[in-house]
Amino acid sequence: MLEAISFGDAGWGDEMLMGAFWTVAVSISSILLGLVIGIIFAGFKLSSIKVLNLIAEFYTTVIRGVPELLVIYLLFFGGGSAVMYVAKIFGYFGYIELQPFVIGTLAVGAISGAYSTEVIRGAVNAIPRSQFETGSALGLKGFRLYQKIIFPQVARLALPGIGNVWQITLKDTALISVTGLVEIMRQSRIASGSTHEPFIFYTIAIILYLIITRVSNVAFDKAEIKYSRGFAKRKIS
Amino acid sequence: MRFELMYDSFFKILKGVPLTLEVVFISTLLGFGLAIIVALMRISDNKLYSVPAYSFIYLIRGTPLLLQLYFVYYGISQFSFVRESFLWPILREPFWCGIITLTISTGAYSAEIIRGGIQSVSQGYIESGKALGLGRVSLFFRIVMPITIRQALPAYGNELILMVKASSLISIVTLMEITGIARTIISKTYAPVEIFLVAGSIYLFINFIITRLVKYAENRLSIPST
Repeated sequence: MLEAISFGDAGWGDEMLMGAFWTVAVSISSILLGLVIGIIFAGFKLSSIKVLNLIAEFYTTVIRGVPELLVIYLLFFGGGSAVMYVAKIFGYFGYIELQPFVIGTLAVGAISGAYSTEVIRGAVNAIPRSQFETGSALGLKGFRLYQKIIFPQVARLALPGIGNVWQITLKDTALISVTGLVEIMRQSRIASGSTHEPFIFYTIAIILYLIITRVSNVAFDKAEIKYSRGFAKRKIS
Repeated sequence: MRFELMYDSFFKILKGVPLTLEVVFISTLLGFGLAIIVALMRISDNKLYSVPAYSFIYLIRGTPLLLQLYFVYYGISQFSFVRESFLWPILREPFWCGIITLTISTGAYSAEIIRGGIQSVSQGYIESGKALGLGRVSLFFRIVMPITIRQALPAYGNELILMVKASSLISIVTLMEITGIARTIISKTYAPVEIFLVAGSIYLFINFIITRLVKYAENRLSIPST
């Protein structure tokens, strides 16, 4: 039994750790993509242009109301042809096959982005109007105003929410095992199929996820403390 | 866009709706009972109750639902003593494995929601209840629970939508609900966008109805503000 989880050729220990590495890697690239999407669509939601509001509202409603698995199937089966369609416009007619890692990042990033949009929008809304007014009074306009005054404050206010989005994103990556990326879930399926010890390998998978969750919780707590320097802790009640 | 295909698959996918709703209904009901027990254990002063409840919530919220499903469906059935026990007719069925997993999952998430609700009940109400001579049980069911439900309803509505979405995972253990049928059609026709739109709209419709029902219940339970 212990042999099954040993390191090296005989056991699955190193493979499982490699799976954990891919889970973390695809989670990080997904949340980064999600943050980029989130910043853009939060901008759309806060914009005074009606069409942009509608587009952003449509995106967040669909993603948050439809199962993650369905979004993953959409990109898994349709992602390649979508990329080839875009490539054709730019004059490339060859066959493009997307790596499972890329499909996974696109799918989980799109899901993560919808949650990030709401978090960032909430954080921008939480910044007092006077901050915008003070900025313009100082002669800052458009992007400079956001860069110098608003974004640094958004980062602090959005951090707890982004921590939640990270947890959701991390767990959603388990679903992309259906696309063939060998992360924790897929690796434990392969290992338990070949050793007939599903109980052990799923238990290891649970432990690996709990470790990743724990470590990232500590990291987010530290970051929150760092970004809240100079702010009195708000007392509830 | 292949509209004819969308029209045909709409009726095919619609056949999966009863199974989705059935699974969501049964596991939400069972999960609600579990959640109340876990929430009460979690707020207990006795560590013998609160530590297991806290660990249970941490374990479930820290791991993906798919892993929990695999653990129940493949992991537990590995042992011959499970396969020989009276539980086997249940654990053998993907349907019941799905119900068990979703019940446990919503039990943990809802426990946190209910805990928040219970803790928001102000001490004054409890003291008034005691002054009226209510025992522990009737105090809980007649004073604490109604206020908790009113407080927790908006968050619980969210949990219901998450349950509808989560139920799609049972398609991975061969159950043909909405997502399972959608996947089958996609791999046959290779029309991911069309089928996504059809299946997605069905989910959005279900979730829209749930949102309206929760809103209605919220209005019914709210204190008239006059």
